[in-house]
Amino acid sequence: MKFLPLVLANLKRHMLRTALTICSVALALFLFASLRTVSTTLASGSEVSSASRMITQNATAFVIPLPQSYATRLGSIPHVQAVTWANWFGGKYGDGKKFFAQFAVEPESYLKMYPEFQIPEDQKQAFLKERSAAIVGEGLVRAFGWKVGDNVTMQGTIFPGDWTFTIRGIYHPSQKEYGDDSFMFHYDYLYERERDRVTPGWFILKIDDPNAAPLVAKTIDDEFRNSSAPTKTGTEKAFAAGFASMWGNVNLLMSTIGMAVVFAILLVTANAMMMNQRERTSEVAVMKTVGFSDARVFGLIIVEAALISMTGAALGLGGAILLPIVTGFGTGGFLPGFHVTPGTALVGGSIALLLTVASGIVPAWQAAKLPVVQALRRVE
Amino acid sequence: MALVEIREVDKSFKREAQTVDVYHGLTIDFEQGSYTALMGPSGSGKSTLLNLVAGLDKPTRGTVRVNGAEVSAMTASQLADWRARTIGFVFQSYNLLPVLTARQNVELPLLLTNLRKAERAERTAIALDVVGLADRMDHFPRQLSGGQEQRVAIARAIVADPVLILLDEPTGQLDAKSSEEVLDLMRRLNEEFHKTIMMVTHDARAAAQARRVLHLEKGVLLEREEAVVS
Repeated sequence: MKFLPLVLANLKRHMLRTALTICSVALALFLFASLRTVSTTLASGSEVSSASRMITQNATAFVIPLPQSYATRLGSIPHVQAVTWANWFGGKYGDGKKFFAQFAVEPESYLKMYPEFQIPEDQKQAFLKERSAAIVGEGLVRAFGWKVGDNVTMQGTIFPGDWTFTIRGIYHPSQKEYGDDSFMFHYDYLYERERDRVTPGWFILKIDDPNAAPLVAKTIDDEFRNSSAPTKTGTEKAFAAGFASMWGNVNLLMSTIGMAVVFAILLVTANAMMMNQRERTSEVAVMKTVGFSDARVFGLIIVEAALISMTGAALGLGGAILLPIVTGFGTGGFLPGFHVTPGTALVGGSIALLLTVASGIVPAWQAAKLPVVQALRRVE
Repeated sequence: MALVEIREVDKSFKREAQTVDVYHGLTIDFEQGSYTALMGPSGSGKSTLLNLVAGLDKPTRGTVRVNGAEVSAMTASQLADWRARTIGFVFQSYNLLPVLTARQNVELPLLLTNLRKAERAERTAIALDVVGLADRMDHFPRQLSGGQEQRVAIARAIVADPVLILLDEPTGQLDAKSSEEVLDLMRRLNEEFHKTIMMVTHDARAAAQARRVLHLEKGVLLEREEAVVS
């Protein structure tokens, strides 16, 4: 600790350079953590998905709906215990700057299908009773300041016009990966106004045995193979993984960009550290004359590098962690539970440590091995 | 027994393909409490002698002993530790750390000791008081005159209470008044605090302060004389 003022004084020598170097590290780790969080969020979406739930969608494309009549037929397939459905609404609220997902759902069966959405019983009953009622996630309540009883009007984009809903419930997800920024309302409310256009976007099935999922999927898809709307059925986990794969090889892309950014910053930091060291050749020689050993000089420079890297890491990783919390930034339900995991923070911390070693070791070694007499001769 | 014993020292440098001999069989003693000025033209080996005594450089052959310890046989880390306890070094160009205040510069050698913060502060204040800069403690080097900077450098050299103070052209960059102040200070350190001093200088007035003056020419001691202390 007694050497800390010396280290801090050296860092303050070129305040602007030190600040810019710290900002570079912070930016690199912010980008790294954010990009990696996209990957981990996509992965966690499929990890927390229920193995006993299956999704039936249109085989041609996810955005093409299915006939309502399929609900009854799906319910009669062996191993299928319950069926519900949902539809994408695609409305715009306010200035539309904050995007969030809105689903028209069959209310009673949908809430039974997803016990992960936890709602107080009285709010749930109020939601079920009223056709224009809606339930919203806690994240939306935080973002918009809504409360139970508020009327919310949205502009439909797929289904044009103003749509007014009354918030009757606020849900809390039992696992944050399910997200707290979705808006759900009665399918019938949508159907009433758009009778000719509205049919279910996808069906969700509950099966009695997760091991029977392949059989159930094959039976359903065979059943509708020759119909006007053939289906594609899979487990919710496979659906989530498929959704992730729509983004391409996200992991590879995110990792590559993240590591490229980190590598670039490593070069910047190493260059700044070496420049610092070159400017201090005479001072290092004086310190050694005073009695500082090679090891101590080496340690002081590594500590300087560590302070730069760790301060940058704290700012960068802290920013990435706080951003979705403070700003209410979400992905509109596409990436529910978007948050920096402890694993990502740990990897970020390890990168900062690596930056410390990689950027500090060369200047520290050069300073430790500096021949004092030659350095002093240059000065004198 | 002499404080500094130099025995049969050879010192040569490699310069490109050539070997340059600085000393050949140099033998000399410096007594405890002595004040010696080393004079001679550039390249005669004056600074090299200080470097050998401080353990900053190693002789090609022979031994250098200071206060009973064979400097020439120590490892780098032993030397660093020994130097912190034994030697105070003052340079021509002051060589204060520009990012530290006068107080912090003077405290630097004490960071290598086991002294507590309060003890370090007390000894730093005493050293700065000795050199007459108690009121400039929190000034940075850029806020001090050349003479004041050199006095801070002297305070740094004496703060750890070394037995030997080595000065390499301490008045080389100072005006007459500042030189006088520094030389007075060195005389006080020698007379009142009984510090052994070896000073390289080109300045005859500075040399005149010393009790002993040695002339080095091409690594050979040409002349020895006892100076008259004014």
